[in-house]
Amino acid sequence: MSGTFRFELVSPERILLSDTAEEVIVPGVEGEFTVLAGHAPVVSAILPGVIHAKLMASTKGIYVDGGFVEVNPESVTVLADSAFIVDEADERQLADALSDAERALDQANDDDALRHVTSAIEHLKGLQRKRGI
Amino acid sequence: MASLKDLRNRIASVKATRKITKAMQMVAAAKLRRAQEAAVAARPYAQQMDAVLHNLAQGVVDRDNASPLLVGTGKSDTHLLVVMTAERGLCGGFNSNIAKLARYDASKLLDQGKTVKIMTVGRKGADNLKRDYGNRIVEKRDFRNVRRISFADAQGVADKILEMFEAGEFDVATLYYSEFISVISQKPTAFQLIPANVPAAESKDRSAAVYEYEPEESVILDHLLKRNVATQIFRGLLENGASEQGARMSAMDNATRNAGEMIDKLTITYNRQRQAQITKELIEIISGAEAL
Repeated sequence: MSGTFRFELVSPERILLSDTAEEVIVPGVEGEFTVLAGHAPVVSAILPGVIHAKLMASTKGIYVDGGFVEVNPESVTVLADSAFIVDEADERQLADALSDAERALDQANDDDALRHVTSAIEHLKGLQRKRGI
Repeated sequence: MASLKDLRNRIASVKATRKITKAMQMVAAAKLRRAQEAAVAARPYAQQMDAVLHNLAQGVVDRDNASPLLVGTGKSDTHLLVVMTAERGLCGGFNSNIAKLARYDASKLLDQGKTVKIMTVGRKGADNLKRDYGNRIVEKRDFRNVRRISFADAQGVADKILEMFEAGEFDVATLYYSEFISVISQKPTAFQLIPANVPAAESKDRSAAVYEYEPEESVILDHLLKRNVATQIFRGLLENGASEQGARMSAMDNATRNAGEMIDKLTITYNRQRQAQITKELIEIISGAEAL
């Protein structure tokens, strides 16, 4: 089928998501980018943030805490350092991730690390606000 | 000769042992299933990582300036052996097989005049190597209180190894763990961790390697190589976890069978002796009656 491609999200512990997608928005280190079918091959590091994946039947938001994405014309594979699906995560998971990030903020010693952590905190707080915590 | 009462006690005690080994076998079987699932679930990540790393490593032209994690430090004087074992015993030859392989390699390296440093992950390995190489153990880690190995645990070990590597404390790191082949077969394995073990170039999949990189290749490669250390350790830990349970299961299965055989033998001895005693008493009664 044209217009769709395989979308896989794997964390070191397991495959979180493996589905057919129409469109995926990835927070790359050099800016967010949208992937449609037939995208040129790219390997990019990703910043902590939310990946929006438009699947066949639904749209899913996935929070990833950094990692890599490999894009080629037929598939997109995200190698996440750690990740959870936003709608399935409970409040405790969000709070845990946020406190981890805040702890990492104190240890961040260069620009890259700082950028990484602030992005994580910003997105996690955004997710919490959306839930009205 | 043991009295009837002694025999009865022994049978009771072996029966109790059999119950314990049987229970341990069943627990190991349940844990094995979980450990196996974890190992299988972690595989796609490692495979994907390998593939990307492979592609990237082929693009490295300037090998002199490449990351030492990939090409090594140019020497191989100091070796770090990372020996990963279980936290518990009673699993057959599992722990000692890994330690044996590590000990063999260590003595070989020492014969070649290299310096050997050892890092143990898991309590049993440390106990096992303490006697021969106690002064060479530079770091001990154990996961005694960890119920389920997570990636963060592996990351902790990897961070320590990378820190030592950056401080120039060793040139080559090798990982020792047991590969899970099947429930009855686990193979102690040595895996070279640093410099990274990237397979040699294959000319045919050149076309697959035309990726664009964000940020540049060298930055991504650097980051990926570090990540790869943690991934390999995590894989080793999970393989070890499954192997340990498999080894324990077959060890306990053997123990249960042995206990069963012993009970059979003891029961036969017991019955014979009881019969002998009855016969003896009968003879006494009959000969007593005849004498009257």
